[in-house]
Amino acid sequence: MTLSATLAELVRDFKANGRIVVVGASLAGLRAAETLRGEGFAGSLTIIGDEPYEPYDRPPLSKQVLKGWVPADHTQLPRFRELDADWRLGVAATGLDRATRQVRLADGEQVPFDRLLIATGTRARQWPNPAEAALDGVFSLRSRDDAARLRQALADGPSRVLVIGAGFIGSEVASICRDLDIPVTVAERGPAPLVGALGGVIGEIAAQMQRDHGVDLRCGVGVLSLEGDAGGHVRRARLSDGTTIEADVVLASLGSIRNVEWLEGAGLAAGFWGVGCDAGGRAFDINGVATDTIYVAGDVARAPHVLYEYQFLAMEHWDNAVFGAEVAAHNMVSLEPDYYPHLLLPGFWSGQFGVNIKSVGVPPFGDEIVFMQGSVEERRFAAAYGRNGRIVAAVTFDHGKWLEYYARLIEQSAPFPPPPPGWDRPDVMMPIPAQFPEPGVPTAVPDVVLTGHDPNERRAEFRPRSR
Amino acid sequence: MHIVVDLNRCQGYAQCVFLTHEVFRLSGDEALTYEPNPDDARRLQVQRAAAACPVQAIVIGRLDGAERSERS
Amino acid sequence: MAEETPWQQALRYANRANPYPFYTELRKTPVARQPDGTYVVSTYREILALLHDPRVSSDVRRIRPGGSAAAGADQDDEAIKEVISLEPNIITSDPPEHDRDRRLLTRHFYGPQDSPHRICDLEPEIRRIVAGLLDEMRGKTRIDAVDEFAYPLPVTVISKILGVPLEDEPHFHAWIETALNALDFGPEAGSPEIQRQLEQGRRSVEDFEKFMAALIERYAEQPGTGMLSAVVHDDGREGRMSEGVLVSNALLLLFAGHETTVNLIAHSVLTLLRHPDALEKLRRRPELIVPGVEELLRFESSVQFWHTRSAVEDIEIAGTTIPKGSPIFLVYGSGNRDPDRFDNPDELDLERPDNQHLGFSQGIHYCFGAPLARLEVQIAVSEFVRRVENPRLVADPPPYRHNQIFRGPRHVLVDIDGVRD
Ligand SMILES: Cc1cc2nc3c(=O)[nH]c(=O)nc-3n(C[C@H](O)[C@H](O)[C@H](O)COP(=O)(O)OP(=O)(O)OC[C@H]3O[C@@H](n4cnc5c(N)ncnc54)[C@H](O)[C@@H]3O)c2cc1C
Ligand code: HEM
Repeated sequence: MTLSATLAELVRDFKANGRIVVVGASLAGLRAAETLRGEGFAGSLTIIGDEPYEPYDRPPLSKQVLKGWVPADHTQLPRFRELDADWRLGVAATGLDRATRQVRLADGEQVPFDRLLIATGTRARQWPNPAEAALDGVFSLRSRDDAARLRQALADGPSRVLVIGAGFIGSEVASICRDLDIPVTVAERGPAPLVGALGGVIGEIAAQMQRDHGVDLRCGVGVLSLEGDAGGHVRRARLSDGTTIEADVVLASLGSIRNVEWLEGAGLAAGFWGVGCDAGGRAFDINGVATDTIYVAGDVARAPHVLYEYQFLAMEHWDNAVFGAEVAAHNMVSLEPDYYPHLLLPGFWSGQFGVNIKSVGVPPFGDEIVFMQGSVEERRFAAAYGRNGRIVAAVTFDHGKWLEYYARLIEQSAPFPPPPPGWDRPDVMMPIPAQFPEPGVPTAVPDVVLTGHDPNERRAEFRPRSR
Repeated sequence: MHIVVDLNRCQGYAQCVFLTHEVFRLSGDEALTYEPNPDDARRLQVQRAAAACPVQAIVIGRLDGAERSERS
Repeated sequence: MAEETPWQQALRYANRANPYPFYTELRKTPVARQPDGTYVVSTYREILALLHDPRVSSDVRRIRPGGSAAAGADQDDEAIKEVISLEPNIITSDPPEHDRDRRLLTRHFYGPQDSPHRICDLEPEIRRIVAGLLDEMRGKTRIDAVDEFAYPLPVTVISKILGVPLEDEPHFHAWIETALNALDFGPEAGSPEIQRQLEQGRRSVEDFEKFMAALIERYAEQPGTGMLSAVVHDDGREGRMSEGVLVSNALLLLFAGHETTVNLIAHSVLTLLRHPDALEKLRRRPELIVPGVEELLRFESSVQFWHTRSAVEDIEIAGTTIPKGSPIFLVYGSGNRDPDRFDNPDELDLERPDNQHLGFSQGIHYCFGAPLARLEVQIAVSEFVRRVENPRLVADPPPYRHNQIFRGPRHVLVDIDGVRD
């Protein structure tokens, strides 16, 4: 038998008899499982998820669910094919043994695998003071249950909601509160909402939008403490500027934490920003060597991206989970040279205050911004981000039909600023500083992050050069 | 039934909203929201909406209920 | 005379029934400069790119045919001005005016933003009209699927929506017909016959405009039912629409609201009779009409191309630079048959996956009336298939209408054995 025939036979055999385990039964986990079956993987497939529910979709949670239109349990994701999988729902993976290729479960069981996909995503960062976080009326928002509880609290007609942190989720929740005519205060440590993701120029527009809709927006302030009443229900918050806010519902939207604790000791490149992997989804071990058996996808993954100087990107976006899962799953049952790269041009959307905010590329990679089309005043516009004379990202407010044009320019690393449009030009078309916070400045954490190597996290063992 | 709209693809043409306002709604001029698990009685309307989407962003589950009884 | 380009050949009347071989030729040069300075775009990817390119204008007033304006260029320009009335309507305007006017019209066509279901509410009425048309065919052995079936439905519905009296249909039908015949972008444009029609077309457009202006004037004084009256009296968020702009949009809505749909229904009947397998499939699985209409529109696009766009800046695309001011024709009918986008594009597949066709365009000028068109065609074609017994095409190809943009058969004679209940 020739070598290539042997390899082909190996792939066939693996597809027929291999064992694949997926940890994380959400968007990335489900789409990966479907892709595996779609690619002809007929071996055993186990999907482990610590939530008790079948995979559901999160973006509706902070939008139509909170608004009360769609019940939280109406968010199940559609299925596209029979999976014939062994679902272990409601049980967490607690450990990974790479030597014996086993995943340890919270109930003590060991699940063996030939290939593993890590899709454990992120969780909401909780209010740091545990006693205060335990007060009734203090919420975070990541899961279906979180959404159902917060929805109930909003339906009960609170006198005021305090949102701590004006990232996308915090801003969307504030928007829903205003739709429901509930008084809401937003406290943000940074200079404006969405600054981490879109920079200060856009942040200022978002701030104005919030205020126009009656949000009591306080920027540049931190919340120092939460206070409850005798019954243990939150009543007020103390702010760093010395003021207090009376509120009976508090949402802590402080960004997210990657679910990597279960990988402790497994020797993978796992840390604060997630699990490092190559652009094909293969996890790196702690020394930066790609593994052949372990893959990563979704919010928990960070991978280098060609368009962004091969810097590692961590993207907490829906399409990154879908596309990353498809790529990883394909590669799990393929051999070189059939690997796919995960070369997604990042994109996201957020509906708030009646405006559709969309973006492509990586805005924080840019340092300048230029308004290209439309009117900031009317909150319908397109703007481009640039760095070193190249366009790297774009954002639109109610101008989604034009985003494709900018996406194409970004893919080509076209010159910045782009040529002006033929009509509907904004009053000022000069590139100006985009005003992103310096790395490390505390603000609502953006959800696409260039995760440069942090020396504090260095745990690799350096081997002395042998002579 | 179970559906999902790829809102990265969606460009706010609102064809689905004009066809099935019970399932798809706009918030403002362009931001789409929808009922991800509509009643089965709406199947035809949702199929019409999915076919009409200019950017094919609406995906309908092909496996409703079938596998949901699997061991879990 | 220089050899004709594939585009010019595609436009010849003799090739109206089958322009597709010329489109195949045309796609070899995705962005092809014509002797008159027009840039014809025939490939899916490039059409899509230009539909989303903010350096492209839809406003005819911005066209400045560059380079050597060959004979005919001026006439084309004239012809364009004749048929498009002077005030811009949404199809010939750019943002921000386009977006503002379209938003206002949308509210009145579909209903308020929180319940825009006016068009889907028309379903029972559309079904009634279709049933009536099919009932009329009872006892006949030969019908014309255009005059007796495709035409009456859309014109009745759009007139009612707008509030244009159906009694006036014979007038505006004639005006539209004359104007369409005069609009020629091909090598035959200079012929004495077309020249004569140009003169008539000009008068028809004038008459049509006067008619619409008078109707709107009447509604301004005396509110009535229908969309036009409502728009006249709307002082909402966008401010009041000027009368000239309203007249222009009303002409567009009345015209676009039926001509294109007529052609799609007629083409659908024709195409299904040419593809007995598909017809049989649709009979057995009537639900296939929903994806089926998309495929029929991809297969025979009612708007073959659109002609009012131009480059506001030099635009580089597919290795060509379209100079500033040049007219740009986006050939939807060709993009929809582009093998780089659609597998086996010349085959009819009612269940075609990923059928993101360009039949209704894309971007901000995406067809305003698409939901209405879809509803009408879905109901009309599925009922025709269900009720008409043993339909047989009498002549293939059937005679075509003259117009190149709004391409469709003039008559589709069909022999039938009867009409079921
Ligand atoms: C409220 C909200 C609104 C959002 N809105 C948008 C939006 O508008 N646009 C956008 O692009 N994105 C949005 N997102 C982000 C998007 O939902 C995520 O990018 C996506 O869910 C990522 O999918 P994932 O499968 O990688 O991770 P997750 O969805 O986080 O799934 C990970 C799963 O793994 C489970 N898990 C974790 N640890 C373990 C373990 N040890 N053992 C077993 N299971 C484990 C978790 O419980 C979870 O079920 C939003 C997210 C939220 C929460
Ligand atoms: C099968 C039927 C139809 C087809 C194939 C069709 C096709 C198209 C296409 C391709 C365009 C884009 C033109 C461009 O390139 O700018 C368009 C625009 C338009 N159509 Fe239709 N159309 C149909 C039916 C209708 C109906 C029923 C109406 C009625 C209300 C309508 C009203 C319009 C209007 C007003 C525009 C201009 C939109 C804008 O510029 O914003 N169309 N149509």
